[in-house]
Amino acid sequence: MLSVTVEKQLGELALDVSFTSAGGVTALFGMSGAGKTSVINMIAGLIDPARGRIALDDTVLFDAAAGINVPAWRRGVGVVFQESRLFPHFTVKHNLDYGRWMRGLKADAKAFAHVVELLDIGPLLARRPGRLSGGERQRVAFGRALLMQPRLLLLDEPLASLDAARKQEILPYLERLRDDARVPMIYVSHDPAEVRRIATRVVRLEAGKVVAEGGVELV
Amino acid sequence: MFDLSPEEWTAVALSLRIAVVATIVSLPFGIAIAFLLARKNFWGKSLLDAVVHLPLVLPPVVTGYLLLITLGRRAPLGAFLADNFGIVFSFRWTGAVLACAVMAFPLLVRAIRLSIEAVDGKLEQAAATLGARPALVFFSVTLPLTLPGIIAGMVLAFARALGEFGATITFVSNIPGETQTISAAIYTLTQVPGGDAAALRLVVIAIVISLAALMLSEWFARRATQRLRGE
Repeated sequence: MLSVTVEKQLGELALDVSFTSAGGVTALFGMSGAGKTSVINMIAGLIDPARGRIALDDTVLFDAAAGINVPAWRRGVGVVFQESRLFPHFTVKHNLDYGRWMRGLKADAKAFAHVVELLDIGPLLARRPGRLSGGERQRVAFGRALLMQPRLLLLDEPLASLDAARKQEILPYLERLRDDARVPMIYVSHDPAEVRRIATRVVRLEAGKVVAEGGVELV
Repeated sequence: MFDLSPEEWTAVALSLRIAVVATIVSLPFGIAIAFLLARKNFWGKSLLDAVVHLPLVLPPVVTGYLLLITLGRRAPLGAFLADNFGIVFSFRWTGAVLACAVMAFPLLVRAIRLSIEAVDGKLEQAAATLGARPALVFFSVTLPLTLPGIIAGMVLAFARALGEFGATITFVSNIPGETQTISAAIYTLTQVPGGDAAALRLVVIAIVISLAALMLSEWFARRATQRLRGE
């Protein structure tokens, strides 16, 4: 169970967002500039809200009133960014292993093989990110975030940098990911078709405020 | 013409040793200060920036003289280091290393700083979300991506150290076998009758070393850049 209440003035935008997510895939849906990515960055610990509270199950990640602010690296929250942000100096395999190394987790050959198979990235393992297509890069980014064993996965417009054909190529993988991994997800998107296909619940943002919450029929 | 006398060989070897040691010893400090200047905000940052760059704008003789009156045998700090730690700079090759390191430091810091500033902060953020604490982010992402700049900075520093003359000769004089580098030897040879041929030999050697350093660094930088493009 994720509960988010955050406030911050971001330039022209007065962000004041409150919602909860009980699991499954919650879509943060809205036009660009509505503040979706800022909310994601606050949950990940990359931006500090001015006021508010963010809690994941019984762990408080941020609480302005109590002076709690867990740094990003200790939150255990995986993020897939719009532009894959793979490490260019590592091979795909090392990118996938990075989170496990940094969090001091034991090698789990079964989990690794499973994610590699799920995302169909076996043939890419020895390559460097510079030699991957946009779609391949994004699949590796999904794998990298999954293999850090996150408690929550944030997907920030993961398909926005891809053309329509690539999107169609990736969507089935995203669905497999949703049905296979038991980790709750927040999915940011401005694309109604995408949200209808992936999300189980929708939080609709407009100009920094939540205007509707409910099922995918909201989109 | 390339029959170097033992004295000339000594000057060449000593120059290389001083330049290499000065570059290597100043590298960790250069990386640390470049990182502070590129990524941190703190009180006195512009002052630190100015002090680091001072040897670039001061006459080298002034830098050498400042070293002499702070770290010379009879200077308080110099005497303290000599008495308590046995570290002596004055009229030793180690003093030449120090003078060269100080003179080369601004070039080293500048190249590395620019390179750190060019590293995409978004990659560092991604590393943090994957569980990397700040020190690990630095060593696993920032530093490897800065490699071309570090190489460029080291070559500039090496070349500067190899060519250093004013600060070195002021601080540790011009003692054959101890502090007489190629530059100092060339200067000495031009001051004595019949030294022209020897001076020319050393000039050719200085050109060869500098060109070799430049080409080697180009090669390293190209390889590093290829790696960083993810190819």
